[in-house]
Amino acid sequence: MSDKPPRARRRGAASVLEVDRLSKSYGSRTALREVSFAARPGELLAVLGPNGAGKTTLLEILAGISKLDAGEVSRSNGKVGWVPQEAGLYRRLTVEENLRLFARIEAVADVDATVERMLEQTGLEERRGDPIASLSGGNQQRINIAIGLLGDPSVLLLDEPSAGLDPSQRIRLWQFVSSLAKGGTTVIYSTHQIEEASHYGDRLVVLADGEAIFDGSFAQLRRAAGPRPKGSVADPESDFVRFLRRKGH
Amino acid sequence: MRWLLLKDLQLLRRSPLVTGLLVVYPIVLAVLIGLAISRSPDKPKVAFLNEIPAGESLSLGPSEGFSQQEAFRQLCARIECVTASSREEVERKVEDGEVLGGLILPDDFLERLEGQLSATSPEPATVDVIVNQDDPLKAQLVDDRIRALLTEANLRLSERITEVAASYQGILSEGGEFEIPLLGQVVQILGLRNAERILDTVAASVAPEQRAEIEDVRDFARIARENLDLADDFLASVREPIAVEKQVIAGDVPPLDTFAVAVAAAVTLLFVTVLLVSGSLALEREENTFTRLTRGLVSRTGLLVEKAALGTAAALGVTLLMLAAITPFQSIGWDRVQLIVPAILLAGAASSALGLAIGAAAREVRASALLAFALALPIAFVSLVPSGTVGKSLYDVIQVVAGAFPFSPALDALSGALAASGPDLGLPFLHLALLTLGYLVLARLALRRFA
Repeated sequence: MSDKPPRARRRGAASVLEVDRLSKSYGSRTALREVSFAARPGELLAVLGPNGAGKTTLLEILAGISKLDAGEVSRSNGKVGWVPQEAGLYRRLTVEENLRLFARIEAVADVDATVERMLEQTGLEERRGDPIASLSGGNQQRINIAIGLLGDPSVLLLDEPSAGLDPSQRIRLWQFVSSLAKGGTTVIYSTHQIEEASHYGDRLVVLADGEAIFDGSFAQLRRAAGPRPKGSVADPESDFVRFLRRKGH
Repeated sequence: MRWLLLKDLQLLRRSPLVTGLLVVYPIVLAVLIGLAISRSPDKPKVAFLNEIPAGESLSLGPSEGFSQQEAFRQLCARIECVTASSREEVERKVEDGEVLGGLILPDDFLERLEGQLSATSPEPATVDVIVNQDDPLKAQLVDDRIRALLTEANLRLSERITEVAASYQGILSEGGEFEIPLLGQVVQILGLRNAERILDTVAASVAPEQRAEIEDVRDFARIARENLDLADDFLASVREPIAVEKQVIAGDVPPLDTFAVAVAAAVTLLFVTVLLVSGSLALEREENTFTRLTRGLVSRTGLLVEKAALGTAAALGVTLLMLAAITPFQSIGWDRVQLIVPAILLAGAASSALGLAIGAAAREVRASALLAFALALPIAFVSLVPSGTVGKSLYDVIQVVAGAFPFSPALDALSGALAASGPDLGLPFLHLALLTLGYLVLARLALRRFA
């Protein structure tokens, strides 16, 4: 465990993505300051932090949407899939048409086979002919993720994937995402919910005010937060808040 | 890019309202324009009461006068005459709205007119006009039409009187029979030429001391005759006091009907293309697909080019559809299709580029539609303001503003493509190409803050 890694922990060939002292500013406002971490194949990595901590900015830089000001992002061979927070889908097109369109734009070798695989993975074969607008938020998010997976990426970036979903949709979503990780895809997702990160994150990178102040497991974070006050119930949220306070945030 | 284009066409197919608009709008506009230019304007319906006794006509001496039948025929060629039998009937028809107005020729009309012409009566000849004032526009229409008719009648009358006067001076100069107006009495006129000849004969046979006096009288007769000969031209100039000689110093003007078709086509093309393209680009942002697409899959410039291609294709389809729909009403020079298609393509490209700039700036479908309407509508109207109707400085400003948008060069290009007598195509084509480039640059800059 490291509270504030000065450099990405080198994992050699095991790392599929390495971020080294990444910085980004918007005018006079610093969004990210020397953020470093690395991700292993098949790892579920949660980028955790309060609103405005710089999570989305970090993921957008990793996805190639925004440019970094300083630092370095290196990745091993393979594509990076991107899943925006709000579903980026054509609502008037059907599930299958959306998958087929993006598969063609991604220049996927076998479009038909890929679309079928994605329909199977998302469990939405039955609804392949339905317009996206008629799907629930959870199912739209599944298609949103499936489109991010079309290019068969080694790293999948998800920006607040469970935002706006009800508890049962959230559980189904995480089952789907976990199955991707088990299949070898590295999943890096942002969230501000510590419970979600503690349940579905193999590792947590905590951002606060643009700085990475923690990189490790939830158990390590709980230990770093210090002892609970007497009489308090075990609660990840309280542990996280205590940790942030302890770090001066 | 081709898949994005197919996707946009697929989205259009899924939007029956937009697709319906793309098909119905040009057809409806074409039919309206076609009907407007293929039918002559309706003649105003006017109740007409002639109280002049039957058989009475205006006599103008040796020249032919005016018969009632002829006057009635000429009048009713310009208005739709609804014959009435009494003044009350005329008033009722006007009041009921059955006719736009009423025109009554009183029974003493010809009598007063002849009195005026023979200077025997100071009473002017008048006609009674009855107008329903409940609709000022309608009243103005009838008033203008009847005033125009009376002005024309006065001109015809003065023309005929001038002819009569010319015949009088001919008799005075050359001699002959003359019927005294209104009295009908025929008298023999010697004429100045005959008087001159007689005086010449008499002068040769008188004593020299008397000859000088006779020669003075003969000279007076000659000078008078010669000056009366010159009076022909003078009287002709009175008959037609203002002559018009037209000289065109600038401008290539297509036939009015072709210009109307070009205006309709340019308006259709501009509206459809700008709305479609601006909405299509703004939709990429509203559906959150812009970020996904431009994250290495498609370049931002590539996306703009795809939308411009969509708009240009739509412009071509819609405008050709409109021209085809208008063909039954107005002959379209389809043999000039090799000019029509490039004109539409360039106008479509410039309008698409404007739509892209609007869509990129507005970033939302509704806002872009509003902005597209707010810009395109006044620009189309302003571009049609002819020179001379506003002050020169204002007209120059209008020209600059209109030149910054595609409607005016699109209209020139379409007019020139549709008719050989229209404007040259080189300048409008260049103008449209520059506008396309300019608006694409603006749209590309606006995309920086689009996501």
